[in-house]
Amino acid sequence: MSSLASLVLLAVSAAIVNNVVLSQFLGICPFLGVSKNTKTAAGMGGAVIFVITVASFVTGLIYKFILANSALLKKGIDLRFLQTIVFILVIAALVQFVEMFLKKQMPPLYESLGVFLPLITTNCAVLGVALNCVTFEYNLLESVVYGLATAVGFFIAIVLMAGLREKIEYNDIPKPFQGTAIVLLTACLMSIAFMGFSGMI
Amino acid sequence: MNKYTERLYNGVIKENPTFVLMLGMCPTLAVTSSAINGLGMGLSTLVVLVCSNLLISLFRNIIPNGVRIPAFIVIVASLVTVVQLLMQAYLPALSKSLGVYIPLIVVNCIILGRAESYASKNGPLESVFDGIGMGLGFTMGLTIIGLIREILGAGTFFGLAFLSSIKGYTPATIFIMAPGAFLVLGFLVAGMNIVRKKMEAKGKPLAEPAGCLSGDCANCGMSAGCTGKSQAAGKSE
Repeated sequence: MSSLASLVLLAVSAAIVNNVVLSQFLGICPFLGVSKNTKTAAGMGGAVIFVITVASFVTGLIYKFILANSALLKKGIDLRFLQTIVFILVIAALVQFVEMFLKKQMPPLYESLGVFLPLITTNCAVLGVALNCVTFEYNLLESVVYGLATAVGFFIAIVLMAGLREKIEYNDIPKPFQGTAIVLLTACLMSIAFMGFSGMI
Repeated sequence: MNKYTERLYNGVIKENPTFVLMLGMCPTLAVTSSAINGLGMGLSTLVVLVCSNLLISLFRNIIPNGVRIPAFIVIVASLVTVVQLLMQAYLPALSKSLGVYIPLIVVNCIILGRAESYASKNGPLESVFDGIGMGLGFTMGLTIIGLIREILGAGTFFGLAFLSSIKGYTPATIFIMAPGAFLVLGFLVAGMNIVRKKMEAKGKPLAEPAGCLSGDCANCGMSAGCTGKSQAAGKSE
């Protein structure tokens, strides 16, 4: 099975080399929308780490034991085509559940992550990770590591972007480029910088 | 102009989802590395959008208001699965190059946005034309961006030798790689800002960007089209 070294390699590759935002273009909406200051960006990043890790575990379980259940497959019942529908519903329900659970059981954590949780429901990064785990045929442990590492990559990208945007505020930018345009150009430069990691693995 | 051609005009020009409303930015950035990919993604989205608009408009009086978003998501996800399987069967090469972005049409905000803001309030025929208009607008946007990136980055035109046939020409490969997507979109947004200013001066202002590029989830113009927003708004009340 997967050794520790291969898991570490998988994690580094998912977090940095194939960064979820800067090279896979998943989760662009929060990346552009919630990156005005580092504090909210870190909150959003934290919420995404939490949700993607839990979601990749739960969707991995559901895929392994229900959709691609070997006993069912032997009987000729192949439910794998349902993955998109099942995953999106599971993720939406899961986010709602996590929100309610945190509100009741862990108010301090809810205070810091709560407002971002509903925004993640239709975040394409969560669904993208779940679907990628199936495509790459990861086992349960690999799926969780991949999910966690991808989300850490999102955290890194959004916090870096927020830090840059705080500085950009003070710069004299040509009128048409103010707002989103300059953020996209910054993202372009960040993406070039992250491409430098591609020789690493 | 009757109301059906008006819907088409609205989708393709007046409220073009890519250039004016700035919706569906994840696929716009991700699959436009060539014109063919952009066209393929645009057409798959078009099919899903037309069918989902039709179904949602037919069921609009049956679906209870409280569970409408989950119901829309199930309808859209089923249609996306159909499109995905059809593409795997008949267009395997395109399906492979679009990869995970085909199932991700489910979370494309154009689809839920049109379902929420148009199809759930209008008749089936108008909704179908709205879907065709918006879908064509999106296809046009993706194909144009794909074409720009392909010409600059690979020197080809829909896969045919174009600039690359000129001797000594070296294409700027960065344009078909990830940073090129951000670069082209950044300049596109800046260009649209200029157009917006000009149109405002003329007294014919364009529609405001409605999607995630407006910059702030909390004040997002998509209103209830995004599940996240509707719940977040509900909480602040």
